[in-house]
Amino acid sequence: MKFGVVVFPGSNCDSDCYHVIKDVINEHVEYIWHDYDEKLDFDCIILPGGFSYGDYLRAGAIARFSKVMPRIEEFAKNGGLVVGICNGFQILTESHLLPGALIRNKNLKFICSDQYVKVVTNKTPFTNLYKENEVINLPIAHGEGNYVVDEATLQEMIKNEQIILQYCDKEGNINENTNPNGSILNIAGICNKEKNVFGLMPHPERSSEKLLGCEDGKRVFLSIINYLRSR
Amino acid sequence: MLKAEIFVYLKKSISDPPGIAVLNSLKSLGFENVEKVRMGKYIVVYLNENNIEKAKEEVKLMCEKLLCNPVMEEYKFNISEE
Repeated sequence: MKFGVVVFPGSNCDSDCYHVIKDVINEHVEYIWHDYDEKLDFDCIILPGGFSYGDYLRAGAIARFSKVMPRIEEFAKNGGLVVGICNGFQILTESHLLPGALIRNKNLKFICSDQYVKVVTNKTPFTNLYKENEVINLPIAHGEGNYVVDEATLQEMIKNEQIILQYCDKEGNINENTNPNGSILNIAGICNKEKNVFGLMPHPERSSEKLLGCEDGKRVFLSIINYLRSR
Repeated sequence: MLKAEIFVYLKKSISDPPGIAVLNSLKSLGFENVEKVRMGKYIVVYLNENNIEKAKEEVKLMCEKLLCNPVMEEYKFNISEE
């Protein structure tokens, strides 16, 4: 399998993603520079976390116009798997590859903590090795993770099972008290209608090794491989 | 030279956490009659252009393409001679 990790000016989780794919799940991985302007010959593209272009204007707004982005749009339209983590998720919403937008956290704070999330559906290329409604622990680290979307689109997303992860507590309760940033319906991760583009605020690449305290995120990467091998 | 003053702000239906924080702060300062605060961005773009109509079209495109995210924001602008 061939993974690509996009590097924007200001990306800072690119090495983490690269490391997990290369050294933890032992697959082939390459960095893709933000001005790469050729057809993407990969099985899965990852847009990592960070502060691309300093988050100026809006998080992800300027990265969206990088030369590589039309190539990623083309890759996604042809069914290629794209994962946006944290700032990568913000870039995917700015690019309209995913619905909605991410605004400032409700409490205005940059939140950096462990967070329980529920895997609402495992019928995706990104979560097929989790149990349905499994509660997992993933780190979050963001200032703009408050997911907003208009009501009509939200209903469509529910109907199409596009909501993949929701913030919860250890027991799996999803409510206002278990919502760290104010996201509508505690949304932590979503996919597009075709289910090949996945955006999430938590960081699976930071929780893929026991050495780091938790490996609940590893199955995101293993699910992708599982999906690609069975295709 | 023309000067475009652009305002970008969250749609009415989108909650505005910074606005709520400022509202609470104003209230704690004693401004009891403050009902609501909405925050936004003020962007000034100087254009090497003399035709106001042409500038309007161009600024509209700038807003729709980059300066405003129509999923959550709205915009308005004024153009004047600099």
